[in-house]
Amino acid sequence: METPLTRNIRPDSEPFGLKEYEKVDGYRALKKAIADYKPEEITNLVKDSTLMGRGGAGFLTGLKWSFVPMGPDAPHPKYFVVNADEMEPGTFKDRILMEGDPNQLIEGIVICSYAVQADIAYIFLRADYDLAERRLAKAISEAYAAGYLGKNILGSGYSLELYIHTSAGRYICGEETALLNSLEGKRAIPRAKPPFPQLSGLFGLPTVVDNVETVCNVPHIVANGVQWYKALSKTDIGGTKIYGVSGRVKKPGWWELPMGTPMRELLEVHAGGMLPGYTFRGALPGGASTDFMVSQHLDTPLDFASVPKVGSRMGTGTMIVLDDKRCPVAFVLNLLTFFAHESCGWCTPCREGLPWTARIVRAIERGEGEEGDLAILEEQTRGLAPGRTFCALAPGAVEPLQSGLKYFREDFERHIREKRCPWRE
Amino acid sequence: MLSEAERTEIESQIEHARTRSSGVIEALRVVQKHRGWISDEAVREIAEFLGMTSDEVDSVATFYNRIFRKPVGKHVIHVCDSISCWVMGSESVKQLLARKLAVSDGGTSADGMFTLLPVDCLGACHKAPVMLIDGELYEELSDERIEKILNEIRAKE
Repeated sequence: METPLTRNIRPDSEPFGLKEYEKVDGYRALKKAIADYKPEEITNLVKDSTLMGRGGAGFLTGLKWSFVPMGPDAPHPKYFVVNADEMEPGTFKDRILMEGDPNQLIEGIVICSYAVQADIAYIFLRADYDLAERRLAKAISEAYAAGYLGKNILGSGYSLELYIHTSAGRYICGEETALLNSLEGKRAIPRAKPPFPQLSGLFGLPTVVDNVETVCNVPHIVANGVQWYKALSKTDIGGTKIYGVSGRVKKPGWWELPMGTPMRELLEVHAGGMLPGYTFRGALPGGASTDFMVSQHLDTPLDFASVPKVGSRMGTGTMIVLDDKRCPVAFVLNLLTFFAHESCGWCTPCREGLPWTARIVRAIERGEGEEGDLAILEEQTRGLAPGRTFCALAPGAVEPLQSGLKYFREDFERHIREKRCPWRE
Repeated sequence: MLSEAERTEIESQIEHARTRSSGVIEALRVVQKHRGWISDEAVREIAEFLGMTSDEVDSVATFYNRIFRKPVGKHVIHVCDSISCWVMGSESVKQLLARKLAVSDGGTSADGMFTLLPVDCLGACHKAPVMLIDGELYEELSDERIEKILNEIRAKE
């Protein structure tokens, strides 16, 4: 089984420097991209590869790029921004890629930027990823010295400047238009779409924003071709996926596996199953803002098309497991508390609705719930649904609540009926 | 006035910026690195340096979680209380830290050494529970390990 994205990663040791990276064919894809392809041809190649955005939304990457104005009349500077603001609770895959193989990300950035003819690229790095920041900074300076970045890259006439912006920390920065406002030195509040960033993004100029894992796929598509890339996957959507599992399993961790690996294989084979004495009750398949999946869904392939068929989302592909020793109401409360805190405050339903929702769930968890509370919560999940709020934060926030009410209804009702949390002594 | 060192560092980080005001987050981070937190005076100084109003700077400073508008201890303990760490027992980590330092969430120990700050997911969920102190990530925390970490930091002072 091929693991292109993580092949150079050796946990607990220093990542490859530039020389070592070059020895394992590093920067070969960039050389090939510049020598053999026109920018639009790279975009078409990525479109044909079926690469979908790995940040959670799952949009076709090549299609996204194709909306960027090209040619002599296109406005400049154009920007390419890597979304490295990994703050989705339960998610730790981009950290692995940046700490483990920073050169791969840099090479990906240069190829992506070349495809859309960006002049300036940013890595929007979350606060607290200090190690990733140090390693990326080193890889960037080595790339400049070797002529992979800067003016006239490898004699091609194409130039690119790359900077790291380290965030001051806020979940909403992961939303691409909020991220752009943050890069402009403003409060990270989402913008209305359209206009989409490809036409009017950073400082009103054409901008593409892509997730770290997405960008890391691109050198391998260029180096090995579309057929090879599609064959990595078990589904119609090409490539591998970095999956992760956290919670009370025997071997919490991450694995690069074919896209479409079934949930059961991830949980029972790679994560080793539940710890002795703990029983699986459910899991959020792709971070805090995805709906629960439960035992009956274990044979679902984890990919962008299959997970929605059982009412959830692929999200970031990093799973959080709920076991029988943890209260599902308190589990949902932890998530809602996070989202209420991280609401940017811009639109009323999210700013007011999430704290209200969290307060009700907190009351239930404390044994102070009332008859009718569950009906209010259900109404809230509808009131905060897609289309009711300015961005996707609140709709994501209520996903675990709406599915929690469905799969763990008896637990919610028991809290209200018995006026206590059965998980507390 | 911003110090010479602060001004030089901010300039080097924002020299490529399209507008000076777009470097305000960099400026806040630099000043906080030097002073530990962002006072009203610091807000005014940054505003003047970048050609912004104090309110514009403060609207940014108050928005972001990692900009401190109140004084903090010498070492800020960022203890993760998001979902994966919670499943793995972050409440007892928080309780132990609160007891050891005699503080509640957001509080600073009497000796000014530590501020205890629960934070959002630190992105190391397979090693939960975790905390971050001075840019160093501490994983798979247990009571003994936490005591050892605190003692080591104190011993270095």
